[in-house]
Amino acid sequence: MSSPSTDSGADQQRLALLKDGIWKPLPLIRDARWRWALNAAVLLYIVLAWLSVDVNWSRVAQGMDRGVAFMASFLQPDFVTRSGEIFTGLKESLTMTLAATVIGVLLAIPVGLGAARNISPLPVYLFCRTIIALSRTFQEIIIAILFVAMFGFGPLAGVVTLAFATIGFMAKLLAEDIEDTQKEPLEAIRATGASWLQWVNYAVQPQVMPRLIGLSLYRLDINFRESAVIGIVGAGGIGATLNTSINRYDYDTSAAILLLIIVIVLMSEYLSGYVRKWTQ
Amino acid sequence: MPLIQQGDQPVWKKREPLKQYAHWVGWMVGGMLFVWCWAIISENTIWEFLYDADEQAASLIGRMIPPDWSITGSLMRPLWDTINIATVGTAMGIAIAFPLAFLAARNTTPHPVLRAVALAIIVSSRSINALIWAMLLVTIVGPGSFAGMLAIALRSIGFVGKLVYEAIEEIHPTPVEALSATGAGRSQVLAYAVWPQIMPAFAGICVYRWDINIREATTLGLVGAGGIGLQMNAAINNLAWGQVATVFVLIFATVVVSEWVSAKVRHAML
Repeated sequence: MSSPSTDSGADQQRLALLKDGIWKPLPLIRDARWRWALNAAVLLYIVLAWLSVDVNWSRVAQGMDRGVAFMASFLQPDFVTRSGEIFTGLKESLTMTLAATVIGVLLAIPVGLGAARNISPLPVYLFCRTIIALSRTFQEIIIAILFVAMFGFGPLAGVVTLAFATIGFMAKLLAEDIEDTQKEPLEAIRATGASWLQWVNYAVQPQVMPRLIGLSLYRLDINFRESAVIGIVGAGGIGATLNTSINRYDYDTSAAILLLIIVIVLMSEYLSGYVRKWTQ
Repeated sequence: MPLIQQGDQPVWKKREPLKQYAHWVGWMVGGMLFVWCWAIISENTIWEFLYDADEQAASLIGRMIPPDWSITGSLMRPLWDTINIATVGTAMGIAIAFPLAFLAARNTTPHPVLRAVALAIIVSSRSINALIWAMLLVTIVGPGSFAGMLAIALRSIGFVGKLVYEAIEEIHPTPVEALSATGAGRSQVLAYAVWPQIMPAFAGICVYRWDINIREATTLGLVGAGGIGLQMNAAINNLAWGQVATVFVLIFATVVVSEWVSAKVRHAML
C-alpha cells in the first residue's frame, strides 16, 4: 500500500470515472512509475533475449517436413519392427525405477529424520541438509554422467543415479513433514519413557506415514520418467533405444516408445491416486 | 485396536490377526518383486567394471580439483543463453498453458470434448522430459538455443497447465454465482470472479516452474539444444574434468541464485 499522496491524483480520477459509471479494477502495482518501469524492463529483456538467439529460419523451414513426419508418426506408431529392443528397454527401465525407488526411499528415511530440526541435534541436521542440497542441485542426467564414468555403462549406474536423486527429494519433503508434526504426541510418547526408536516409531511415524507413501509413489512416477532420459548417457533403460531411434529419424518407433511412456505414466498416476485415497 | 486373550491375560496388538497376515504377505510380495528387479539389473551389469570403481572415483575427483578457472570468461555467454532458454521457454509455455488450463478445468470448460483434448495435451507434455523434447526438436529445427526454448516450453505446458487447472477447480463458487447473477458475460466472470482467485497460485506456479527450468536448461546442451550444457558436453568428451568442474560450480551458483529469487518472489506474492 503506497501513501495516498503519491497517487491521490489517480484515485481522484478513478472516483470521477466511477461517478460516470465507468469502473476499472485496481492496478496490481499502485505507483504508475513502477508499473511503467517494470513493463519497460520486461520489454528490454525480451528484446535482448531474442537478439541473443539466432534462429536459422531456412533450417527451420527444412526441418518442418521432419516435424510433420514426426507428428504423422504418432498416428501410425510402429511397435513391431523394434519390438525386441523396446521390450528390453522398457523392462530395464521399470526394474531400474522400482529398485532405485526402494533403495532411495530406504536411505532417505534416516536422512530425512536427521534433517528435521525438531528431532535431531544441530551437527546431524547440518550434515543431512548438506546431503540433500548436493543431491537436489544437479539434474539426474549430470549425476548419471558421473556414475557412468565410475561404474561403467549399464543399468547399475542408472539405479545408483536415481536412488541418489530420490534421497534428496524424499528426505527434504519428509523432513519438512516431520517439522510440521504435532508436538503433543511427541511429548506424550517421550513422557512414557520410550526409547528413541520407539519414540520415532509410535509418535513420528504415524503422523508422516500417509504422506510418505504418497510421496514414494510420486517419486516412483518421476523415476520412471527420468529413467527414460538417463539412457542417453549410457545409464541403461529405454532412453538409449529412444535416442537411437530419434537419431536414425525412425520416428515411427520413437512415437511408439513415447506413447508407451505416456501410457505407463498415466497408469501409475491413476494407481497412485487410488492408493493415496486408500491410505488416508 | 484388538485385544487378544492369551492365556488369562488380554494382550494389545496393533492389528487384527487376519490384517496382520495380509500385511506380512504384502511385504513379502513387495520384497520378492524388489529381489526380482535386482536380479534383472544384476544380469545386465558388467560387474568387472566395479572392481576399480573406487580408483575411478578417486581419479575423477582428483582431476576435477582444482577446477580450471581459465575458461570462466568464455562460459558467460553460454550461461546467459541458458538463462534465456529457461526464461523465454517458460514464458512461451505459460502463454499456451494458461488458456489450456481454462479448457481443462471442469468448472470453466466450454465443452467436455474440449476438456478431454486439453487433458490429453497436458498429460503428454508432462510425461515427456524436456531433454527428450530437445532431442526431437534438434532434429526438427536444428541445434541451438531455439530448440532448447521450444523444448522447455513444451515441457512447461503440462506442468503449469495441470497445476493451474487444479487451482481453477478449487475456487470458491460463490463469487462466480454472484457475478453470473448480475448478468455478467462468460469472459467477465472469468476475469473478475475466477482470475482474482487463482492469481496468487498462478504466479507461484510460474516462478516455481521457472526455477525448475533453469536447472533443466543447464543440461539441454547435452543433446545440442544450446546453453552451458554444450560446453559441459564438449569438456566431458575431451575428458577435461577440470573444465567440467568449473561448469558444475557455475551451474550450482546459478541454481542457488534462481532458487533464492523464486523463493523471494513467491514470498512477496503470497
